[in-house]
Amino acid sequence: MDGDTLIDKEVVFSGYNTVQTAGDIFQLIITRNNIKETDPLHIAATGYGRKLVTFAGKIITEITCHAKGACFLDNNIRTVVDIGGQDSKVIALDDQGNVKDFIMNDKCAAGTGRFLEVMARALEVDLETFAEISLKSHNPVSISSICTVFAESEVISGIARGNKREDIAAGIHLSVASRVHSMANRVMIQPEIMMTGGVAKNKAVVGALEKLFVKTIKVDELAQYTGAIGAAILARSNQ
Amino acid sequence: MSSTDNQKFSPEERKIKAVKQMKDIMTTYYFEAKIAGFTGKKIAWITSGGPVEPLIAMDIIPVYPENHGAMIGASKMGPELCNIAEGMGYSADLCSYARADIGCAKVNGGPIDGLPKPHMLICCNNICGTVLKWYEAQARYFNVPLFILDTPFCHDGYTPEIQTYVKKQIQEMIAFLEKVCNKKFDYDKMIEVGKLSIEGQRLWQAVLDTTMHKPAPMTAFDAFFHLALIVTLRGKQLTIDYYKLLLAEMNGRVEKGISAVPDEKYRLLWDNLPVWYRTKWMSDKFSEHQACLVADTYTSAWCTSIKYIDENDFINTMAEAYTRIYLNISIREMADSIISMIHKYDVDGFVMHSNRSCKPYSFGQYDIARIIREKTGIPILILDADMVDERYFSESQIENRINAYMEMLKNKIS
Repeated sequence: MDGDTLIDKEVVFSGYNTVQTAGDIFQLIITRNNIKETDPLHIAATGYGRKLVTFAGKIITEITCHAKGACFLDNNIRTVVDIGGQDSKVIALDDQGNVKDFIMNDKCAAGTGRFLEVMARALEVDLETFAEISLKSHNPVSISSICTVFAESEVISGIARGNKREDIAAGIHLSVASRVHSMANRVMIQPEIMMTGGVAKNKAVVGALEKLFVKTIKVDELAQYTGAIGAAILARSNQ
Repeated sequence: MSSTDNQKFSPEERKIKAVKQMKDIMTTYYFEAKIAGFTGKKIAWITSGGPVEPLIAMDIIPVYPENHGAMIGASKMGPELCNIAEGMGYSADLCSYARADIGCAKVNGGPIDGLPKPHMLICCNNICGTVLKWYEAQARYFNVPLFILDTPFCHDGYTPEIQTYVKKQIQEMIAFLEKVCNKKFDYDKMIEVGKLSIEGQRLWQAVLDTTMHKPAPMTAFDAFFHLALIVTLRGKQLTIDYYKLLLAEMNGRVEKGISAVPDEKYRLLWDNLPVWYRTKWMSDKFSEHQACLVADTYTSAWCTSIKYIDENDFINTMAEAYTRIYLNISIREMADSIISMIHKYDVDGFVMHSNRSCKPYSFGQYDIARIIREKTGIPILILDADMVDERYFSESQIENRINAYMEMLKNKIS
């Protein structure tokens, strides 16, 4: 970012060697934009691997970053639902993008992106197709298990019973949405609501959540970058 | 107090000196319990909220599977022992103190190679219902007599019916002790023990009150450690002697301005039992943020019943004290108690350990959080973990939550 302007962005798999990945992606961005390492740069790192980014001037949790990032994308946002790969969170924020309250999932992957990945594999589809086919369902199968692995057994039994793939897919998306929705109720939900994190790209989860919240949920095309945007803003602030 | 004042104390100066004495006392206590077979003393296993004073008056050595559970947790032996109990058929959803104790009894495991075998078991269900079945199981296992003190739940207060019921059972307990020990109950000694118990509790309260000072001379994590005596040996002179020593040290630290957390800036209140296998880790995590857990609802539970007891007539007034404990009252009363602690210790935030093992402590936490938020507006952090079973602890998530909470708190206060 340059001031309040987003100049460039990139997303890569973290992989095993986070230190290497962080260095590589940093080099990629600065090279692409003719920035030199010796230029005055404010760098902040966020996410689970943030401590490994040794060249960051600030280390900030993604909760704080997602709130700031969401506010940047739309300053009417007062609630963020972030469903990532291994955790999900609901964040209440004020009009400056400061966190007022937050809640994170308990030790369970069933309300996270990991659940969707496992199930997509069980149905032999990629993630994009997975969401698309679930939207075709008129009769979602109920997936009752709160454990990802047990839910996978339910899915496989469903396939064996002859349940339609789109109905199973819809049931899976509803399951994720209902897990997150019930968690969200512990935080004061105020409109406008924005979804961030990778799962925000999944229209089926967004749609299911909208039905449960009985409110529109905003998804920005930069949803997956919300945390990084927030970190970039905070990198130069006094917070 | 400026930050430079606090930086003049070395880590060595910041250490609490009384710790060594406590370790010696507890070692001697467990040693004496272990050799009871040779000294001819009777051992009673008793629940943490149970009435220990009559046992002390009868010269019985009280042993606490829950205190032992804390030691198992601190030694990181929880998962191994819980696994053994689960292998015996006990559910993984049961309290980890119960699982660890049952597993430990089978293999004589744990940090002191098992507890000495009991001659009797005393179970008071004021703390929870799990203890009933846990102690019944152990009574069968050891083939020893069990006494149950049934303290009804106080929904909206303490009724005359509860008083009559519990008082009658105290009499039954005395008859039970006389039968098992084959000697008469010494009522004169009981008067003396009662007074010592009250004095000990008053001293413990005074120790806890020192953290009202800014900065606090000790943290809740220190209190978790120093709690052991008022739980296990309430009614003995050595408990009074120790807390006088500790109180003097705390007052000395207050005078010199020695704070537990260097440059204390944020004051927090803790709810529920500790995460026994991570007390240092957690203390350090908060300390890095200049945050001090100055008080907690757990350690204060062993001195808040003083108001119900007539210290000159302990045996006849203890029924109410043992029934109206923190875990045996309504959510509204619990929330009121927390709010008064928030004001008393002038805290900026509230940290609630959602302890998988302790149902009475953890059920209702979300309701209590809502009440606290509405009435005080202070930010609340909830940590999902377990007190002894480390398999239910996710380090990076907990760390993330603590860091996010402190970022939020710092931003709010600045």
